[in-house]
Amino acid sequence: PAAAAPVRARRGPAPARAGKEILLWEALREATDEEMERDPTVLVMGEDVGHYGGSYKVTYDLYKKFGEMRLLDTPIAENGFLGMGVGAAMTGLRPIVEGMNMGFLLLAFNQISNNCGMLHYTSGGQYKVPMVVRGPGGVGRQLGAEHSQRLESYFQSIPGVQLVACSTPRNAKALLKAAIRSDNPVIFFEHVLLYNVKGEVGGADEVQCLERAEVVRPGTDISIFTYSRMRYVVQQAVQTLVEKGYDPEVIDLVSLKPFDLETISQSIKKTHKVLIVEECMRTGGIGSSLSAIINEKYMEDLDCEVVRLSSQDVPTSYAYELEAATIVQADQVVDAVDKMCTGQKVAVGAF
Amino acid sequence: GAPRRGAARCRAAAAVKEPAASGSSSALSREKAADLYKDMLLGRGFEDMCAQMYYRGKMFGFVHLYNGQEAVSSGVIRALREDDFVCSTYRDHVHALSKGVPADNVMAELFGKATGICRGQGGSMHMFSEPHNMLGGFAFIGEGIPVATGAAFQTAYRRRVLGDEAADQVTCAFFGDGTCNNGAFYECLNMASLYKLPIIFCVENNLWAIGMDHRRATAPSMGDSKPHIWKKGEPFGMPGKLVDGMDVEAVHAAANEAIARARAGEGPTLLEFETYRFRGHSLADPDELRKPEEKELFAKRDPLPAFKKKLLARGVYTEEELKAMEKEVEAVVEASVEFADASPRPQENQLLENVFADPRGFGIGEDGRYLYERNM
Repeated sequence: PAAAAPVRARRGPAPARAGKEILLWEALREATDEEMERDPTVLVMGEDVGHYGGSYKVTYDLYKKFGEMRLLDTPIAENGFLGMGVGAAMTGLRPIVEGMNMGFLLLAFNQISNNCGMLHYTSGGQYKVPMVVRGPGGVGRQLGAEHSQRLESYFQSIPGVQLVACSTPRNAKALLKAAIRSDNPVIFFEHVLLYNVKGEVGGADEVQCLERAEVVRPGTDISIFTYSRMRYVVQQAVQTLVEKGYDPEVIDLVSLKPFDLETISQSIKKTHKVLIVEECMRTGGIGSSLSAIINEKYMEDLDCEVVRLSSQDVPTSYAYELEAATIVQADQVVDAVDKMCTGQKVAVGAF
Repeated sequence: GAPRRGAARCRAAAAVKEPAASGSSSALSREKAADLYKDMLLGRGFEDMCAQMYYRGKMFGFVHLYNGQEAVSSGVIRALREDDFVCSTYRDHVHALSKGVPADNVMAELFGKATGICRGQGGSMHMFSEPHNMLGGFAFIGEGIPVATGAAFQTAYRRRVLGDEAADQVTCAFFGDGTCNNGAFYECLNMASLYKLPIIFCVENNLWAIGMDHRRATAPSMGDSKPHIWKKGEPFGMPGKLVDGMDVEAVHAAANEAIARARAGEGPTLLEFETYRFRGHSLADPDELRKPEEKELFAKRDPLPAFKKKLLARGVYTEEELKAMEKEVEAVVEASVEFADASPRPQENQLLENVFADPRGFGIGEDGRYLYERNM
């Protein structure tokens, strides 16, 4: 019989080296590894997290170190295994439940809403749910509507959960460590297209505050609030904006729920203009909540209305051009800043 | 010996047994008999009181009473240790009581008082008690089964990963016939079997899911003329047994066997208890669809008088002794109403206290301090 075509081996994580730059997936893996070593009640549950090492390699080979019960390969049963994570968390373990794609966790919405979010309250404070629910979401490269969802907007109303979105290797590692250590249920959003972003990470003791935003670029002309992959779209736009003579302040929200009101309000007091750039859809997105809060609290500090650049309210197409037209592009960010800083209205939305 | 699988129904009255001194492992001790009888009395008395209190405007919302099913709660839960877990549904008052949650605090919860087991925040369908390992009380059918599976997983993890040899706790998940058509049920049967978890799936088949007759909701297996839930055990890798849920001794024996199996690390069991609720689905249900003949049939099998009759016939207790137990339990139920009535209502400052285990989850305010610190 003909020899089988060689299978391209998946590259394992880079060896540890001081001051090194690693990829975002390696940073998440380091966080998981370190926290599992530190606390034997921490475990990972999900599809293909064990032998396969995770579909984005976040748990690559960890089962060899920690065993198959701590890197639990679950059957394809999101509702069941997420609820199993809740029961385990209530009774003393600290599970990290991975959604292979965040979209798959729609099957577990009942457990995430009723049990993760509300159970501590409904039980009168008797049972805590120290879980991390994590996985890749966001719009990728022509993955089709179902694999391109932004679940942060669907989950944001659930009382009792925290929502965090990582964007760099450094914050990915430090935030995941903090989320694992938190006694609250944390929904931890990664982006499908950011796993190969390279950057430095902190050591085993570096933990990042789950409730804080990051100032990516201090500035004076306008506050651009963004998160996840849109941070990079904004930074791309900023290059052009700086050439045009603008001085934008870029804030990565990081904590999507709750919002860091100190960082947000201080930025608005400085710039008096707010542009929100997000990948959520216009309707009911993180930006719509933030916009409402800014309206209510910081109206006196605003020179003009808050502008939201969000994805169109459409299912994400497979076709390249339609997908590109669905999400926010850098030139739209440039155009919006230009108009806002020259007193013009920004056209947003489909109609 | 233990009843054989598939043949556990025993409709006939039990043969007169020798008193406990016989040494047979399946015979009930005198103490256990009293425990079971009093527990069933408490379940019945408490639920009857709930109906009264509801119609007097002391409790509200959806209240699902357990009358008729007492043998299942008592028979199973009184076979458990304190450190074993119970996970229930919205029909959970009696499961909580059997597990040892004080009637005072269950009634106070139903009255929405701050002394309720969940500070008044849960209500009838959400009885949680961490000291008693009562994992709730869930409103959506099937949503507690994965939670129960997780508790059992935690026990297995402690044993196998953390090396705790004392980790032999058992978890009992209670749910009804309607739930057995729900995906969560099947997902958990599979995972419990796959991971060999110490869990007992206790199906309280009372034949009705609100107005939906079990026989209209559930297709029979091939070759059968009616559906049998217990038969779904074997396809999922565990024993399935049918038990007369109106006979507390049969329930207790089946429970003991399944508990021993789980504790020994042999994995899960599916128990189907044939039982019946004497009242409607909830206090709001007019209960017009169930035929009087069916209700009559099951009323004749009421577990309380049936067990009392046996105890008297066997000479385990006298009429006076049993009456004394009945009076004792009545007093507990009355006292629970007094306690609930006298208890304070929740104050508004309670509103936000339990949203998060870690109140930093409310976030940081404009002044850079955590919002929860403003309330201090």
